[in-house]
Amino acid sequence: MTETLSTFTPPTRFAVPGRIAVSNRAAALWQTATLTEIRRETPHAATYRFAVPAWAGHLPGQHLMLRLTADDGYVAQRHYSIASAPDDQGHIELTLDHVEGGEVSGWFHTVARPGDQVEVRGPLSGFFAWPGDRPALLIGAGSGVVPLMSMVRHHRARRSDVPLRLLVSARSPEELIYAGELGAETTPVFTRSAPAGVPVGRMGAAHVAPLLAEAPEGGWEAYVCGSNAFAEHASRLLVAAGQPVDRIRIERFG
Amino acid sequence: MNVTRGFTGRPRVQNAGLPPGQYDAGDDWPVLSAEVTPELSPADWTFRVDGLVEEPRTWDWDEAHTLPGSVYEGDIHCVTSWSKFGVRFGGVSLDAFLDVVRPQAAATHVVAYSHTGYTTNLPLADVTGGRAWIAWEFDGKPLSAEHGGPARLLVPHLYFWKSAKWIAGLRILDHDEPGFWEQNGYHARGNPWEEQRYSGD
Repeated sequence: MTETLSTFTPPTRFAVPGRIAVSNRAAALWQTATLTEIRRETPHAATYRFAVPAWAGHLPGQHLMLRLTADDGYVAQRHYSIASAPDDQGHIELTLDHVEGGEVSGWFHTVARPGDQVEVRGPLSGFFAWPGDRPALLIGAGSGVVPLMSMVRHHRARRSDVPLRLLVSARSPEELIYAGELGAETTPVFTRSAPAGVPVGRMGAAHVAPLLAEAPEGGWEAYVCGSNAFAEHASRLLVAAGQPVDRIRIERFG
Repeated sequence: MNVTRGFTGRPRVQNAGLPPGQYDAGDDWPVLSAEVTPELSPADWTFRVDGLVEEPRTWDWDEAHTLPGSVYEGDIHCVTSWSKFGVRFGGVSLDAFLDVVRPQAAATHVVAYSHTGYTTNLPLADVTGGRAWIAWEFDGKPLSAEHGGPARLLVPHLYFWKSAKWIAGLRILDHDEPGFWEQNGYHARGNPWEEQRYSGD
C-alpha cells in the first residue's frame, strides 16, 4: 500500500487535515529508550530525557507510545506528547504530570532514575504536527503546554521569523511548566494565583481577541492542547474570535 | 520481554472482556476528537447512505427515528488504551438503513464521514449483521455533543475511532479508502483483540 490518498471527499472540509506524511515503519517498531536525566518543572511535573539512538526524528507536536513491563509480563502503555524540539542526536524529552493513581506517571515520579530503560514507539500521528512553515497560534493549559513547547523550542532553534504566539493557562506561577524558558512569544494566564499586578482568572475573549487581531497575513494555524474541558472552552473562544474551524487542531488528554 | 525495573503496575484485573494492552477506565469517558465540537442540533442532522447502492437515501432526524429502535449493551475500546465496560447506547441498527438502500454485490467497504468532515474506513462486513448502529442515546439520555451527539456511528467491536461522531453519512465502495486517522498511521481495520493500533500491527 503506497497509495494512501483518499479519493472520496466528504461534503464538509475536515477541520484538521494531516500536516505531514507519517512513517508507518517508525510507528510499528518498539525501541529501547534509556533515561539519562530528570528535571523537576513544577511540584507536579517533571521532564524525563531519554537516549533513543535509532530515533527516526519527529516534528513538534507529535507524540509517542511508551510502555512499561512488569516482571510477570503485565504491560502498561500510554501516549505522551514529545516536549523536545527535533534534534539529530537521538534524544527526546517527555514532561509528565504526576497523575493521582497513575501507574505509568507514578512509576516515573517515584521509581525512575537515570539508567532505567523503557520502550517507545513513534513518532505517531501527523495531524497535530507543526513543521514550522505557517504562522502558529498555540493555546494550552497545564501539561497541555508540552507539545506546544516543542514547537516554541523548534521555532527558536531555527531562529525562525514565522510568527508564533503561545497563550498558556496555569493555576499559579509555581504550576507553570517551563516558566523559566517562556519568552516574549508567551502570554501566561493564571487561574488561582498570580504575581502582584497580574490578574487572576480564566482564559477569556480578552486574551484571544488581541492575538486574532494581530494575525499575520493568511491567518493563524491554531493548536489547542489540554483537558477536554479546556479544549472545548479554548476552541469556542477561538471560533468566537473569528478563527476558522478548519484551522483549529485539538489534542485532548485521555 | 524487557522488564522495567521496579514497575509493578495496577492490581491485575482478571477480566476476559479486556483486550490486550487495554485498561478499565471505570466511570471515565475521555473525549479525544481532533476538531472543534460542532454545534449541530437534531433539526440540522441528516444521515445519507450512497455510493454502490440501489437506492441512495438521506434521512433526517424524524425519518431516522421511524426505523425500529435497537440497543447496544456492552463494552467499548479506545486505541489510546482505555476500555469502558457496560455501556448502553440506543439508536437504530445500521442494517435497518442498509436494508433500505440495498448495497450492490460489488460493495466491499464503506467510508463513514461526519458533519465535521472527519472520515474513517470500514469493511462492509464490520458494519452489517447487527454489529453497527447509528446511536443517539447514552444511558437513556440524548448523546452529548462532545461524545458525538446528536448521533454517532457505533461499531463497538473495533477501536472507537471507527465510531465516527456527528455521523453524516456512509459512502459504499468496492475498495478500501483510508480515512483521517488511517492516513495518519493508524490501522486500516482496528480490531482491539488483535491489537491493530497502527499500520503494520
